[in-house]
Amino acid sequence: MAGPSLMDSFFQRSLDDLIKGIRLCLPGGEAAFIAKSVDEIRREIKSTDSQTKATALQKLTYLHSLHWVDMSWAAFPAVELSSSSVHSHKRLALLSASLSFNPTTDVILLLTHQLRKDFSSSNPHDVSLALSTLSSISTLDLSRDLTPELFILLNSSKNFVKKKAIAAILRVFEQYPEAVRVCFKRIVENLESSDMGVLSAAVGLFCELTVREPRSYLPLAPEFYKILLDSRNNWVLIKVLKIFAKLAPLEPRLAKRIVEPICEHLRRTGSKSLAFECVNTIVTSLSEHEPAVKLAIMKIQEFLLENDPNLKYLGLQALAVVAAKHSWAVLENKEVVIKSLDDVDVNIKLESLQLVMAMVSEDNLAEICKVLISYALKSEPEFCNEILGSILSTCSRNFYEVIVDFDWYVSLLGEMSRIPHCQKGDDIETQLIDIGMRVKDVRLELVHVARGLLIDPALLGNPFIHNVLSAAAWLSGEYVEFSRNLLELMESLLQPRTCLLPSPIRAVYIQSAFKVLTFGVYSFLSTGDDASYPSELTDFVLKEDFQESSETVTSAPISGADLSNGLNPRSSHPSAGNGEDPVIAHEQTSSASSKKQQLTQKSVMDLVNLVEVNLGPLAGSHEVEIQERASNILGMIGMIKPRIHSSMDESEGDRIKRELRASGMMKLMFDAFSEELGPVSVSAQERVPIPEGLVLKESLSDIEAICDHIKLPISSSFSLVRSHSLNNATTIHEHPSKEEYEPSSESTSLLAEHRKRHGIYYLSSENKVMISDDYPPALELKDQAIDEAEDLVKLTKQSLDLRKKRNQAKPRPVVVKLDDGEGAHIVVKKPQLKDDLISGAVREVLLGNEAASSSSNKAIKKREKNELNIDRPESNITMTSTVASEPGNASSRHKLRISGKEKKRSSSGKEKKEHDHKHNQKSDRIHAKHKSRQRADGTLNVAAQSPVIPDFLL
Amino acid sequence: MGIRFILMVNKQGQTRLAQYYEYLTLEERRALEGEIVRKCLARNEQQCSFVEHRNYKIVYRRYASLFFLVGVDNEENELAILEFIHLLVETMDRHFGNVCELDIMFHLEKAHFMLEEMVMNGCIVETSKANILSPIQLMDKAS
Repeated sequence: MAGPSLMDSFFQRSLDDLIKGIRLCLPGGEAAFIAKSVDEIRREIKSTDSQTKATALQKLTYLHSLHWVDMSWAAFPAVELSSSSVHSHKRLALLSASLSFNPTTDVILLLTHQLRKDFSSSNPHDVSLALSTLSSISTLDLSRDLTPELFILLNSSKNFVKKKAIAAILRVFEQYPEAVRVCFKRIVENLESSDMGVLSAAVGLFCELTVREPRSYLPLAPEFYKILLDSRNNWVLIKVLKIFAKLAPLEPRLAKRIVEPICEHLRRTGSKSLAFECVNTIVTSLSEHEPAVKLAIMKIQEFLLENDPNLKYLGLQALAVVAAKHSWAVLENKEVVIKSLDDVDVNIKLESLQLVMAMVSEDNLAEICKVLISYALKSEPEFCNEILGSILSTCSRNFYEVIVDFDWYVSLLGEMSRIPHCQKGDDIETQLIDIGMRVKDVRLELVHVARGLLIDPALLGNPFIHNVLSAAAWLSGEYVEFSRNLLELMESLLQPRTCLLPSPIRAVYIQSAFKVLTFGVYSFLSTGDDASYPSELTDFVLKEDFQESSETVTSAPISGADLSNGLNPRSSHPSAGNGEDPVIAHEQTSSASSKKQQLTQKSVMDLVNLVEVNLGPLAGSHEVEIQERASNILGMIGMIKPRIHSSMDESEGDRIKRELRASGMMKLMFDAFSEELGPVSVSAQERVPIPEGLVLKESLSDIEAICDHIKLPISSSFSLVRSHSLNNATTIHEHPSKEEYEPSSESTSLLAEHRKRHGIYYLSSENKVMISDDYPPALELKDQAIDEAEDLVKLTKQSLDLRKKRNQAKPRPVVVKLDDGEGAHIVVKKPQLKDDLISGAVREVLLGNEAASSSSNKAIKKREKNELNIDRPESNITMTSTVASEPGNASSRHKLRISGKEKKRSSSGKEKKEHDHKHNQKSDRIHAKHKSRQRADGTLNVAAQSPVIPDFLL
Repeated sequence: MGIRFILMVNKQGQTRLAQYYEYLTLEERRALEGEIVRKCLARNEQQCSFVEHRNYKIVYRRYASLFFLVGVDNEENELAILEFIHLLVETMDRHFGNVCELDIMFHLEKAHFMLEEMVMNGCIVETSKANILSPIQLMDKAS
């Protein structure tokens, strides 16, 4: 491309031309026009004529700022122009730099010299321009190199310049915390400035710094307090209030001191923004001071009653902050809050929703939920789901703490899933299953609700509640003993419209059908015509082969007796009114007797046929989950069907023999399903102790060599369970047929071999024993509804004892909680390094302020300077925390102050030379200072001087 | 850092001024502006002037055909920012005389200079209209 010619300059389009051109563009043509203009600019910007160059840069800046055109390639022309003697060109160049430069722009360093020159210009506007630029583009290098000049400007006689220098320095501190040591004292002096601009800039700076790390600025409280009393400028007052909001929680005496002036401002001011800031400060930081809080709440009420949506929104927000400690405040304004649920503004609605949830207690929960559901029904989808979401999260908080009547809550969950806009299927699913596992007494109602959901074919068409249906299906299968009509349940699980479900959920349906079928057939077989003998038979079978199962059975009456106490409240429930006592799976006899009337041979045959007809086609499904499960069921039906069928017309002896085998087998199946699933702690996996000799962080580079030996990739965690289960012979029965059992044993032997060879990658065998003692082994066949990962975790502890104990003690149904504070996550937040450095430096400077210039300090300082041994910055942290925890302990704080002073002095002189050092050296120095400070603590005798804060406070 | 960005956007959603006080890439800016504009312009007069977006609070106000949107962090006082917007508009009004969208379009630099006087590092440093405008008036005189 040709270079810029005279013609180019002569006919150069101005910015106005460019803007007009863009405006004239037809829709869609804009991009092309801009691209063309950028091409022009590329040529023009190379011009030697500074006017042409400036105009080109101006146009490019415009395009960059408003049309997102990249201009990183034009950084150098901007630097070139910044040294122009024409003020407008310089302005333009620096504006362009501050709008487009980023931390990675490499030509920034070329600006250093120009900025330094401008800083010393006699024209305050040049200085101001340079300061503005510095504040928006400064990097570490720039900050470090220009700190000395900034230090001079902070003392400028022109307030205009001083103000800008103070405002610009925040960025410099962020980039180069060492600058704090140099400049901080001068900035503090300006807190007493009489010039509003300077004061405002200084307070603004401190506000920013305090928000990041309040504690370091406590010593400045007297200065801020003075401003709080004297200033009449609302902007400044707001900033000072923000500072106090951070400081007050750290120092109770300070809070006591400021509460009255703040209330005074609140009473007197006509400015809404200042009043709002006062309210905010009181509710966030002074909530212990009852009269102040009352005053603030009165003001909030005023806001709420005004017809301004802004005030209403902020009032509700403030109320939400108060609500944590003073819930009466919300109750007092209940009416406005509830009405706001219907506001035109969704933001206000959300705030009021949050407040409504804050009002929830055991007593009013049902009422509030009723109101909320009615709002949800008439709201637009988005807010409707917000409401549902908050109901779900509030009710489930802390293991359903607020819920007394679980039957009510479970039916509410059912109701919620039927709300047309409901998209909270996932949460409802989780809660339904969770409640099923945790709260025994509510299972009857759960099954009832699940039935309602399952038999409604319309729900299958709504993808949002497929998850709820999945939970419903799982519950009906898992707690099938509570179902009153097995045939109806089976029909709903197998209805043709289930083909609308995604295959994982369909698999849950099929699995549930399996459980229902097992339950039905087993109940039938174990009762037969004569209730007494099949159970003998089963006992016989059990004794022969399955010791452990038989133990479960014999122990059943005990648990049943335990349960009957807990069951009392439920028997009064209307849906259980027919006197059919629901029973847990283990308790065979009572369950059988109650089912006896329903389960005739015909009805069982109907059940079996229904399953067979409906699942037949699915055995050829392409989805493996569906196919496999369908095949399992069909396989089982193939075995049991002739036996049920023949039980009528065969001879007595054959019949007994067949039934013996059939019911024996069914018993095994049934037992496999009747193990109860319990909740699992989120930290369960972590609590499995890491066996000795297992090195988790070691490189797994040799894993391939190991895998070469073994053809079958077996997920070790799952296999572990399997092998262990087989050893104990408890879970064999979950395999419906022998054919399926074989491969499993094969894999087990493979696994055993693998374990033998690579034992170190396995958990130690002690762990296995522990697992088998404490927890029911996971039953793979019944866990589809639950995440696989969760299933793994299930191996770990489940505190059954705890649950039983509570069963009798509490009037409210027992909610099983694991004993380890399940769900508690501790997040350790690391402090930001930069801020830490700033505040570290600030502390040193500030705490050094008051030190007397005793000569002994200097001597010690010199000695310590040489001591560059590195220490962790912890020393710093621990020391400040002692200061914090003992406000009265003046001497310790004072020691800090004096030692800080030394360091400040020691560094300030050499500062400029040391700037050139690398980071690590710098940080070394900081650490060394901490170290020396500690030393100073030990050696100095400082009891004589009185510290700043106590002075002010007493 | 108080104010994180200031946008002026017309009714059609076109950005007329964009000043950021933290570094965002062009793509991030473009996405952010798009999202905010969509959110705020959809709101009506009866709704409040505050919108939460990502980790910003957006305080906005409409003057004639122009929306002034200020993104602030969570510590900031919303009402004070509304007053700041009003002050900005009054200042521009005083300078341009009945300021309109075109004034800002064609004098974008000046608008930036005014902001430069009012805000540094995201902190409001000057609230006196006379003080804000005096450097610009000097500049006008010089040229």
